[in-house]
Amino acid sequence: MSSPTMQFKIYRYDPDKDNAPYMQDISIEIDPTIDRKLLDVLTKLKAKDDSLSYRRSCREGICGSDAMNINGKNGLACLTEISELKQPVVLRPLPGLPVIRDLIVDMTQFFKQYHSVKPYLINDSPPPDRERLQTPEDREELNGLYECILCACCSTSCPSFWWNPDKFVGPAGLLNAYRFIADTRDEATNARLDDLEDPYRLFRCHTIMNCVEVCPKNLNPTQAIGKIKEMMVRRAI
Amino acid sequence: MSKLTISVRKFDAVIVGAGGAGLRAAIQLSEAGLKTAVLSKVFPTRSHTVAAQGGVSASLGNSEEDHWHWHMYDTVKGSDWLGDQDAIEFMCRKAPEAVVELEHFGMPFDRTDEGKIYQRPFGGHMSNFGEKPVRRACAAADRTGHAMLHALYQRNVRANTQFFVEWMALDLIRDADGQVLGVIALEMETGEIVAFHAKATIFATGGAGRIYYSSTNAFINTGDGLGMAARAGIALEDMEFWQFHPTGVAGAGVLITEGVRGEGGILRNSDNERFMERYAPNAKDLASRDVVSRAMVTEINEGRGCGPAKDFVLLDITHLDPATIMKRLPGIREISIQFAGIDPIKAPIPVVPTCHYQMGGIPTNFHGQVVNPDGSTVTGFYAAGECACASVHGANRLGTNSLLDLLVFGKSSGDSVVEAVKAGPNALKELPADFADYTLARLNRLNTQKGGASVNETRLELQRTMQKHCGVFRFKDMLVEGVSKICDIEKAVHLTEIGDKSATWNTARVEALELDNLIEVAKSTMVSAEARKESRGAHVRDDAPDTAANPNGRDDELWLKHTLWHREGNKLSYKPVQLKPLSVETIALKTRAY
Repeated sequence: MSSPTMQFKIYRYDPDKDNAPYMQDISIEIDPTIDRKLLDVLTKLKAKDDSLSYRRSCREGICGSDAMNINGKNGLACLTEISELKQPVVLRPLPGLPVIRDLIVDMTQFFKQYHSVKPYLINDSPPPDRERLQTPEDREELNGLYECILCACCSTSCPSFWWNPDKFVGPAGLLNAYRFIADTRDEATNARLDDLEDPYRLFRCHTIMNCVEVCPKNLNPTQAIGKIKEMMVRRAI
Repeated sequence: MSKLTISVRKFDAVIVGAGGAGLRAAIQLSEAGLKTAVLSKVFPTRSHTVAAQGGVSASLGNSEEDHWHWHMYDTVKGSDWLGDQDAIEFMCRKAPEAVVELEHFGMPFDRTDEGKIYQRPFGGHMSNFGEKPVRRACAAADRTGHAMLHALYQRNVRANTQFFVEWMALDLIRDADGQVLGVIALEMETGEIVAFHAKATIFATGGAGRIYYSSTNAFINTGDGLGMAARAGIALEDMEFWQFHPTGVAGAGVLITEGVRGEGGILRNSDNERFMERYAPNAKDLASRDVVSRAMVTEINEGRGCGPAKDFVLLDITHLDPATIMKRLPGIREISIQFAGIDPIKAPIPVVPTCHYQMGGIPTNFHGQVVNPDGSTVTGFYAAGECACASVHGANRLGTNSLLDLLVFGKSSGDSVVEAVKAGPNALKELPADFADYTLARLNRLNTQKGGASVNETRLELQRTMQKHCGVFRFKDMLVEGVSKICDIEKAVHLTEIGDKSATWNTARVEALELDNLIEVAKSTMVSAEARKESRGAHVRDDAPDTAANPNGRDDELWLKHTLWHREGNKLSYKPVQLKPLSVETIALKTRAY
């Protein structure tokens, strides 16, 4: 049983009044029957200090809003069990992206990379009156890919993305690129592979696999990246 | 917050909300070449459509015979005859096309062995005018909303739609003629206030399930569109009708899809009895949601609940093949493990009815145009999705009809706007001189308020009051008392105080402004519910019991009509239900049984 009081160290920064970011020590009483997830406790902290700023929405791990760095590891506050956290719980914004305020980062670069892979189905054949057919086996290829929630836990845990966020697509973007490459309905496979055949866009991945370790949806971007590389090799011979 | 100045940006159209309805409308506008701004409080794929699980309905007939007319019958019956039959026919006829279109956009539906879209049974969807459950819910595992929202966003990326992400719309701009000329919005990152001046405004702001203490809804579902519409003098329709989803995780409130029962899941009480057989001998666990929720609460009230406090029932899928669970319900398994600490392959899930969906909203016709009480349309104003009331759901919505609603009416509202903008004058109608005064006064009040109420505590008080006074079963005395309590809470809402005065990403300010919207929704709900002295669909009260003259407590003679709540003077008026469909015969009034 966790103690009724929890200790936190939280990254705070409000550009309107702080010259520099600082770590704030806070302790709060916990009711273990109600406060089960980290987001429950953040809600409680915010009720006491309404200036504490973070994103949140669905509170069930499907919208991807409340990604943050929790005791050194990226994750979603709403899926993080507080009883499993070492204290003091250290909360920081996602690493590698500019901080706007407290735990809120500017995700522009992350989404720019996502958009750069043309994350939409490309099929210029006239559509049939009914659905395009796809076998259950072909559809199965999309499992582990389409479930991405764009929370950015993976890309912001990737050293290659930290160094080159403007040039390296990053694990989330590449996972989504492969989601369309793997879709039998998509006709742009070659163009997609051409676009990624670049020393930075794809090949900055050094299979460090931080992305796999942090993905709150248990997806495997490294594997998707490996499959893209494999397709490039196969197409070259 | 820096000085309250306001800049004006001009567009052909502005869409407020980037969930399913807003994104579907945006595709129509962007592809037609309209200069469009789409405003959203959150990045589009974080909108609450993302949490829909079980499916979207369409009579594709991929696994067995189906027909849009059967779908229409089920929807009218599900609505307890309060739905407008013209809009319902429109929606059900358009459903196959809407779903096929989505597949063409790239939606990763599950597939049948022939490669067609996979369909599963869902509550209240039957073949041959109510005979037996039919496979009508088109699904992508149990992540249909997520797959749909991402596919719609992706199509908008392709169409180059211009998004204003993390902008909160605050108020409608309406001139003396009643014409809507856009919205005033807050950029959350900077605190800047901007007017979006447009020829057409589409509200796709979603629901307001956060008026209840226990809700499947996201934090962002605060009824912003309803609040803005009410403050601008638009009456709200049928607000007494709220859907309580039978299967929210007990304690956590997180949704467990009806698709679980569609795949063969069974509800059980403390005697391990499949109690739905007593309440709905034909459809059993797949009866309509209002019917199942009431049965569950009755079981709990009569002492047959489970757990130490006997306050929940069990959703059992332990008899299903684990491979089916892993393939068709993987997200549910994750949610159960995360939020109930239970692996549903091994043990049943504790569930309780939980507030889920608002059937009422901003009154529209099936073209997505907002309508006045007299039936005329509000020039320049459109609404679609959960914030709108077309009315296709009437007194109770069928599962999977919400995703269909947002596709069909997102598109039809978009088409209406394209038509109106192309046919209308080139120049924007001038803004009234005082267009920003009201909003700026609201913001000023909030910035300078001293000794006011806490936003958090006032909101909790509102949510607890709604939960206690206006739940699954409603009681005359509790409703009367509820109205006076909500009116007291309203006074506190108008005097909220925030500690955080920063201009940058001020979530305290956003939550206070959201509370301004929640109170309008709560008040319209309580007042409309207190006044409707019958039982119909999701609105069931103790003083309107099941009698021979009024089976199920429904009183068609007095109450077969839509409620309209007017904010000004806190008054109600009523308008007739449209019983005449577009092409087929009226689905005649009948006592509802499953």
